[in-house]
Amino acid sequence: MIAIIDYGMGNLFSIYNGMKKVYDNPMLITADNIPSIRTAEGVIVPGVGAFDDCIRNLEPFSEVLIEVVESGVPVLWICIGMQILFEASEEGKEKGLGLIPGKVVRLPSNVRVPHMGWNNLHLQRHSELLDGITDADYFYFVHSYYCVPRDEDATVASVEYGVELAAVVSKDNVYGVQFHPEKSSQKGLQVLSNFVGMCK
Amino acid sequence: MLAKRIIPCLDCDFGVPGGRVVKGIEFKQIRYAGIPWELAAEYDEQGADELVFLDITASHERRETMAHVIEKTASNVFMPLTVGGGIHSLEDARRAFNAGADKVSVNTAALKNPELVNELAKRFGSQACMVAIDAKRRYVRSEEDAGKAIEEGREIIDTREGKCWFECSFYGGRKFTGVDAIKWAMEVEKRGAGEIMLTSMDRDGTKDGFDLELTAAVCDRVNIPIIASGGCGLPSHIKDVFKFTDASAALAASIFHYKEYTVREVKQYLNENGVHVRL
Repeated sequence: MIAIIDYGMGNLFSIYNGMKKVYDNPMLITADNIPSIRTAEGVIVPGVGAFDDCIRNLEPFSEVLIEVVESGVPVLWICIGMQILFEASEEGKEKGLGLIPGKVVRLPSNVRVPHMGWNNLHLQRHSELLDGITDADYFYFVHSYYCVPRDEDATVASVEYGVELAAVVSKDNVYGVQFHPEKSSQKGLQVLSNFVGMCK
Repeated sequence: MLAKRIIPCLDCDFGVPGGRVVKGIEFKQIRYAGIPWELAAEYDEQGADELVFLDITASHERRETMAHVIEKTASNVFMPLTVGGGIHSLEDARRAFNAGADKVSVNTAALKNPELVNELAKRFGSQACMVAIDAKRRYVRSEEDAGKAIEEGREIIDTREGKCWFECSFYGGRKFTGVDAIKWAMEVEKRGAGEIMLTSMDRDGTKDGFDLELTAAVCDRVNIPIIASGGCGLPSHIKDVFKFTDASAALAASIFHYKEYTVREVKQYLNENGVHVRL
């Protein structure tokens, strides 16, 4: 079973629908059934919204999520979900989860903010998550802050918007995507499908 | 590199069972153009970057039909979906998001209660809060008029047709507010809007091309993405709006609904003419 964490941050309908296209049995996990995350073969933490709200709303799930990460189960963190993997953000006061060393900063002022729309990736290193994806493929982004990993190797793919910023990061079994795969048409579904493949 | 977005707009009558896409000419005459989710799937196939559903229904029984249309579309089409036209409160917005919308667009309700923009942005995030501005040219023909308009706080723009300011309309173009559209754009950015859908009332339905002067004036004064709308009748109109203004996206309805051009044909044309699009 692949679990989708429903912690009240944004549009669960989209990620649930997207997952249903590539996988038979995604399960929405609310605060009422947190222990069942332990039985998941893979976990998705979706999200739109602000950094502090995200950290606070995820609080009830954090302990079990960290436990699952430590057990080696693949976990995919989307958009603001990716940002809370880091230690801190200029957007908020709360501490991030710190699963990937680094910080989150505001987009530069020479570009329109938010970074909204379809942008193509620059692949930096191999990851199963991006199997079948090339530099010519576009994904839907919408964000005002971006992740700066301390360790360059954390970046799987980057994207250019005023600066060259991290679009996909990974560390061991933790994966973060700044774009919305569930809003990125066929290529987005491909990324979700790759993730499903990694969960068995 | 960030691609310029092409957004087909589906003006929907949810008073008809199942909903219908319609195309009005200058907000008056109405013709039917198809079933919303069928058109949505077609546009997805053609490479549309995003879709906007505008509820033009006057009645109140529309809400469930709207939710049904969005649900049906969102389970099948994986791109950003915006719902506008019937959003007057946080509750309306919540209903649209629960059905699978990614953004809501507000016009009348925001002009009547500007706090709504702050509340939407705070509750659902700026990225989900689009403000639609329907702007109409008001020419100032004499020095005296110009002086008066400036005194009233209008932004006067020099256009090829003469000096003018732009007035916001609401209630689907049926009423005027006296509010300066350019000032309003700057205000909604401050209030937390993540994007502006800017429609020229002078051009809407005419197929004469976008109002480039209006679009450029707003793009110059705000730093959030601007969707240009109103007047698109040819692929070259879209090329022009990207060439002469800093619009992030172009919205069009009739040239796609009546199959004059597919989204793909438009994008290929743009690509050949130096506009960066996702093919």
